[in-house]
Amino acid sequence: MTGTALLALVAAGSALGAHLLTRARWTWRTPRTAIVLWQALGLAWGLASIGTLLGFGVAPYDDGVVAGIGRSLRDPRPLSPIHLAALAAGLTLALMLLGVLMVAIAGVVRARRRHRALLALVAHGDPEVPGTLVVDHPVAAAYCVPGVRSQVVVSAGTLELLGPYELAAVLAHERAHARERHDLVLLPFTSLRRMLPQSRTVARTLDAVELLIEMAADDRARRHRPAKELATALLRFASAGSAPSPVGTLGIIAADETNPILVRVRRLLTPDPLPRRVRGAMLAGATLVATLPLILYALPA
Amino acid sequence: MGDVKGLGELERTVMEVLWHRDNGATAREVSRALADDRDLAHTTVMTVLDRLAKKGFLVREREGRAWRYRPIATKEAYVAELMLGALNMTGDRDAALAHFARSVSGDEVELLRRVLDEVEGT
Repeated sequence: MTGTALLALVAAGSALGAHLLTRARWTWRTPRTAIVLWQALGLAWGLASIGTLLGFGVAPYDDGVVAGIGRSLRDPRPLSPIHLAALAAGLTLALMLLGVLMVAIAGVVRARRRHRALLALVAHGDPEVPGTLVVDHPVAAAYCVPGVRSQVVVSAGTLELLGPYELAAVLAHERAHARERHDLVLLPFTSLRRMLPQSRTVARTLDAVELLIEMAADDRARRHRPAKELATALLRFASAGSAPSPVGTLGIIAADETNPILVRVRRLLTPDPLPRRVRGAMLAGATLVATLPLILYALPA
Repeated sequence: MGDVKGLGELERTVMEVLWHRDNGATAREVSRALADDRDLAHTTVMTVLDRLAKKGFLVREREGRAWRYRPIATKEAYVAELMLGALNMTGDRDAALAHFARSVSGDEVELLRRVLDEVEGT
């Protein structure tokens, strides 16, 4: 029973950790490590939640999760209806988590195939931006269709809006997304969001991971292009889409602290990366968090 | 021309021909319209039209012994559909595309423009 209690503790602890991490700002100082930490927390939460239910289900054998499940298949007689219900709930949760992930993957594959087919029909190359597709539309847009052969796309509005150096910075940012396969990082979190659309923690988690991914791409783009070009491109780009607000509206101050664009601009202009040893400690912590549930699964009793 | 890239390019060209006609076209008419630009085998044009119909971009109906093909949507409609995805306005947040930045609204625009002026001034 100790293993199951510890699994419950890990499940609760990782949920609490996620809750705290959604409010953290120090993670912005090392986005890549923070992304790994998020992945570890997500994995630990899933494994530990499933393990808690399964462990409770096979508790009568007093032999741990893995051995207990093995024995329940051979001889289910010691299990009361409550234990069987817990086993069924654990299996259902596991299948649901895997199921939503599969559905999310299928949806993304379908959306990308459609998007690529449309691009093939209406987008065109441009000698000004080699390797990039251009869609003739006045609104500014820049994105990447990720995949084995990823494709960076910009709209004519973007070419109009940005100078050549800013454009190069934006393209470097998009190529970073493609190269580091940030879409795969995001996928489990978007599918979790689909499964728990009401959960505020899950919604905030998705926001946090999305922002960290953008920061990671900013960091890689900065290796090739001056940070200031990327910063001005961001500001110009994000404020281009909509009409200016009526004079005298408030809310500017409130937006300042949390606006993702400004947060990104600020760290581009005044970078403050965490020391290597702190990042090392974070990675070690992430490894521990992700492997702990598996160790507890195998723990006898 | 048999490679995938060549075929994609050809699909674009054929769609352009059809988008410029109000009443669609038969394979023969498409071949004739393209004859000035490039020397294409008639069977190639038929293959491309068939592919586009299978992908759901064209509808076809019998006209004597031939098929008449019509675009299902205008070019503008497809551009609009692309832009909805590009601007993250499809409603659901998924990982299908990686965007550069979401555009902001209202009050935030003023603030971003002010910061932009400051940054450019340094």
